[in-house]
Amino acid sequence: MSLKFTAPAAKEARPPQPPARTSMRGHLREYGMILSLALIVIFFEKMTNGALLLPLNLTNLVLQNSYIVIMALGMLLVIVAGHIDLSVGSVAGFIGAIAAVLMVQFHLNMVLTSVLCLGIGAAIGAAQGYWIAFFKIPSFIVTLAGMLVFRGLCLVVLAGQSVGPFPVIFQKLSSGFLPDLVTGAKLNVTSLVLTILLTVAMIGMGVRNRIKRQRNGISQDSALFFGLKNAVMAIIVLGLGYLLSSYRGLPNVLMIMIVLIALYTFVTLRTTIGRRIYALGGNEKAAKLSGIRTERLTFLTFVNMGVLSALAGLIFAARLNTATPKAGTSFELDVIAACFIGGASASGGVGKVTGAVIGAFVMGIMNNGMSIVGVGIDWQQVIKGLVLLAAVCFDVYNRNRS
Amino acid sequence: MDAILEMRGITKTFPGVNALDNVNLAVRRGEIHAIVGENGAGKSTLMKVLSGVYPHGSYDGQIVYQGEERHFRTIADSEKLGIIIIHQELALVPQLSIAENVFLGNEQARYGVIDWLAQMGKTKALLATVGLDEPPETLVTHLGVGKQQLVEIAKALSKEVKLLILDEPTASLNESDSDVLLDLLLAFKAQGITSILISHKLNEISKVADSITVLRDGATVESFDCRAEPISEDRIIRNMVGRALDDRYPKRTPAIGEMLFEVRNWSVYHHRHAERQVVKNIDLHVRRGEVVGLAGLMGAGRTEFAMSVFGRAYGRQITGTAYLDGEPVDLGTIPKAIARGIAYATEDRKHLGLVLDSSIMHNISLANLDGVARRLVIDDGREATVATDYRRQLKIRSADILQITGNLSGGNQQKVVLSKWLYADPRLLILDEPTRGIDIGAKYEIYTIINRLADEGKGVLMISSEMPELLGVCDRIYVMNEGRLVAEMDAADASQEKIMRSIVKAGEMAS
Repeated sequence: MSLKFTAPAAKEARPPQPPARTSMRGHLREYGMILSLALIVIFFEKMTNGALLLPLNLTNLVLQNSYIVIMALGMLLVIVAGHIDLSVGSVAGFIGAIAAVLMVQFHLNMVLTSVLCLGIGAAIGAAQGYWIAFFKIPSFIVTLAGMLVFRGLCLVVLAGQSVGPFPVIFQKLSSGFLPDLVTGAKLNVTSLVLTILLTVAMIGMGVRNRIKRQRNGISQDSALFFGLKNAVMAIIVLGLGYLLSSYRGLPNVLMIMIVLIALYTFVTLRTTIGRRIYALGGNEKAAKLSGIRTERLTFLTFVNMGVLSALAGLIFAARLNTATPKAGTSFELDVIAACFIGGASASGGVGKVTGAVIGAFVMGIMNNGMSIVGVGIDWQQVIKGLVLLAAVCFDVYNRNRS
Repeated sequence: MDAILEMRGITKTFPGVNALDNVNLAVRRGEIHAIVGENGAGKSTLMKVLSGVYPHGSYDGQIVYQGEERHFRTIADSEKLGIIIIHQELALVPQLSIAENVFLGNEQARYGVIDWLAQMGKTKALLATVGLDEPPETLVTHLGVGKQQLVEIAKALSKEVKLLILDEPTASLNESDSDVLLDLLLAFKAQGITSILISHKLNEISKVADSITVLRDGATVESFDCRAEPISEDRIIRNMVGRALDDRYPKRTPAIGEMLFEVRNWSVYHHRHAERQVVKNIDLHVRRGEVVGLAGLMGAGRTEFAMSVFGRAYGRQITGTAYLDGEPVDLGTIPKAIARGIAYATEDRKHLGLVLDSSIMHNISLANLDGVARRLVIDDGREATVATDYRRQLKIRSADILQITGNLSGGNQQKVVLSKWLYADPRLLILDEPTRGIDIGAKYEIYTIINRLADEGKGVLMISSEMPELLGVCDRIYVMNEGRLVAEMDAADASQEKIMRSIVKAGEMAS
C-alpha cells in the first residue's frame, strides 16, 4: 500500500530516544531481579559456609520448590489475566489425597491415577472459572470459597488420616533422577550432556531472536552486553548442571519443570493465546471489542491453573510419600508471592514467566538458606513478608519514575 | 497592564524531550485567556507547572502571581492562593453525592464530624451560582457529563477561586451544555474571576476569550489581544500548525458503487434498563466508496446503534436485519462481525480502544492476530513489519513501534486505534468521533485516511458531534435524535442549520 498525504506533517517535536536506553529501561526490572537473586545466593553461600550450593542441598532446593514453581506458571497467567486464585494450595492437597486413596486403597495403577487426577484438576478449574468468567463473580471470592471447599473435601477423602506410602514407581516422580546411560563414571554423564545441550539451545535462541530484531530494526542491547549476558547465563547453567551431575544427576522433577517453563514462556511470548491473555488483563473491554472471546479465555486460564495445581499436588504427595490433610496449606501464598516478586502487576496485563520462576526461587532459597543458618520459622516469615513488600515497592517506584 | 499572572521563560525538560522551551504567558486580571495549540504543544505541561504538579525546581523560569514570585511545591500550595485547575478528565467520585464531592477534602466539619446541614446549604448556594438544578444529595454517577462539569466548577468556587483553569472543558459536552459553560465563564468574568481556557474549539474561543496565547512545539508563538482587533480563525490556525491551512478537509472525488451494508428496522434496548428503547426502527445503508455521516446530539443513540451493529457489543433485545452485499448476515458476536468485515473504532480510546500498557505493535495486531501468526504462533518479524508499515503510513509519532501506547498523545493514540482496524481489513469501518480531542494537523491526516478508504471501495460510517467535520468529509448524512433517524440529506445540500433544524423539529414533534 502506498499513501501520500497532501498536508505536510507537523514538525517532529520530540527527538526519538536513543534505542539502547529504552531497551535497558525495559529490562531493568528483569536484570535487577536476576541480580538480587544472585546476591541472595552469594549472601547465603557465605552465611552457610558453602552449604547452600553443595550438590546435595542444591538437589533438595530443586525438589522443595518444584511444586511452587509449577503452580506459579499457572498463577502468572491468572494474575496477568487480572484475577487471582486462592484455592491452589487446597486443590493440590485435595488431589494428593485422591491420588493416595486411588493408589493405596484401590490399587489403581499410577498412570491411570495421574491422568484421572489431572482431569479432576481441570474440572475443578473449570468449575471455578465458570463462575468467574461467565457469571462475573470476583475471582477472589470464588477461589476463597474453593480454598475452603477443597480443604474440606481433602479431609473428607482422607477421613482425617494420613494415607501412604505410595508405590515406589510413583515416588520416582519426585525423588527419582534421570538414569545415567554411561555407567561407572564419577559424574552423571547423561545429565551433564543434557545441561550442555540446554545451554546451547538457550544461546541459539537468543542469537536467532537477535538477528530477527536486527532485521526489523527493533532496538536491542549492544553486542557487548548481549555477549556478556549470554556468557554469564551459560556459566550459571553449566555450573548448576555440573553440581547436580556430581550428586545424583538431574531430578525427574527438574526435567518436568524445565519443559513446563519453556512451554509457558513460549506460550506467553509467542502465541496468540498468550498475547490475548495480556490484552485481556491490560484492558478487558478493549480486548473484547477487538474480537477476543474474553470470557472463554478467562475460563481457560482457570482450567489451566487447575491442571497445574493437580500436577503440583501429585508431585508434593510423591515427595512426602504420603497424603496428609494439611498438605498444600498456604502454598497459595508462596505461589502468589512468587508472581509478585517476579514483577507481575496486581491490576493485570503485566508479568513474565521467567519473573515468576525467579520469584519462586528467591522465596525458596531464602527458606532454605535461613533454615540452614538456623533462623526460626517465626522470623523467616517476617523476613519473607518484608522481601515481598520491598520487591513490589521497587516495581511501583520504577513505574512511577518512567 | 494589570497582570494577575506572569510566567516568564518557563523551560521544562523530560528525559530526551524538551516539553516547554522558554514559554511566556501573561494573564490580565479579570479576563478570559485562551491557550490554544496542537496536542503535544505543551499546554497541559504549562498548566501543571503553574499548579505545582511539577514542583518548583523541576523547571526553569519564573512564576509571578499577584505581584510576587511564587514557588509552588504541591497543588495545595497553588490552591491556597486561589489557583484552581479543572482537568479534562473529571476528578469526581461517582458513588458520592454532589455535596460530598464539592467539599471533598475540604469538608464542613468540626473536630472531624461533618456538619451536613452547613455542607448541604453551601452546596445548594454554589449549585445555584453555576446554574445546576439538582438536589445536593444526588449521586454524581446519576449526572450526565455536562452536569458533572458544573459540579467540578462548583467545587472550584467552594475554594474561593481567583484564577480558574479549565483544560478542554467542553471536549465531551454537546453544544447546549457547552454554551451553558461558556456563559458561566462570562458570568465569572463579571464577578472579577480570571479564567484560563484551554480548548481546541476555535468558535468557542472567539466567543468568550479576551486574549489568546498560541503554543506550538513547546514554545509561545504569539499572543493576541482580541479586544484590540478581531482575530480570524484562520490566523489562529496558521499560528497553531505553522502553516496555512487553505482547506481543513482534503478533497475527494466520490466514486460511489454498489450497496455494501444495510440495516432494516433495527431496534435496541438499554443494556441495564430493559424497558428503555435507545435505538428505534432504524433503516440505514452505506454504499461502496461512500462516507456516510451520523449526526446528532450527545445521547441520541448513535454510539449505541453502532456498537449494537458491531457484534451486539451493546444493548439487549436487538431486533432488525443486517445485510451485506444484499444478503442477510449474522453479526451476532464481535468475532463474527470482524470476520464479515465490520470494524468499529470507539470514541473512548483509553477505555475501549487501547491496551495502554502495551506497545504500539501489540495494539495494532490485536484485532487480527491470526494475520501475523502461523497457526497459534506469532511471527514477530511479520508483526513488526506490519506495525512499522502503519506507523509510517499514518505518521504515528513515537520513538519506535515498541513504545507503550499510554505515553502517546491523543492524536497518535487515535492513529494506533485506526491502524488496528485498518489491519483487520474491514469492508465497513464505523468511526465513532474519530477526531475528538485531537489537534488540527492530526485531524487532517485522519480525514485523508478516511478518503483513502473510500477510494479503495470501502464504506465508512462516521459518527461525529462536530457538524463542520461531517459536512466537510461525508457524502451523505443521517441525523439521529432520541433513537430515531429524523433526516437524511446529501452533504451537498446539507448545512449546520439544516441539521440542527431537523433535530429541533423532531424534538418538538415528540413532545
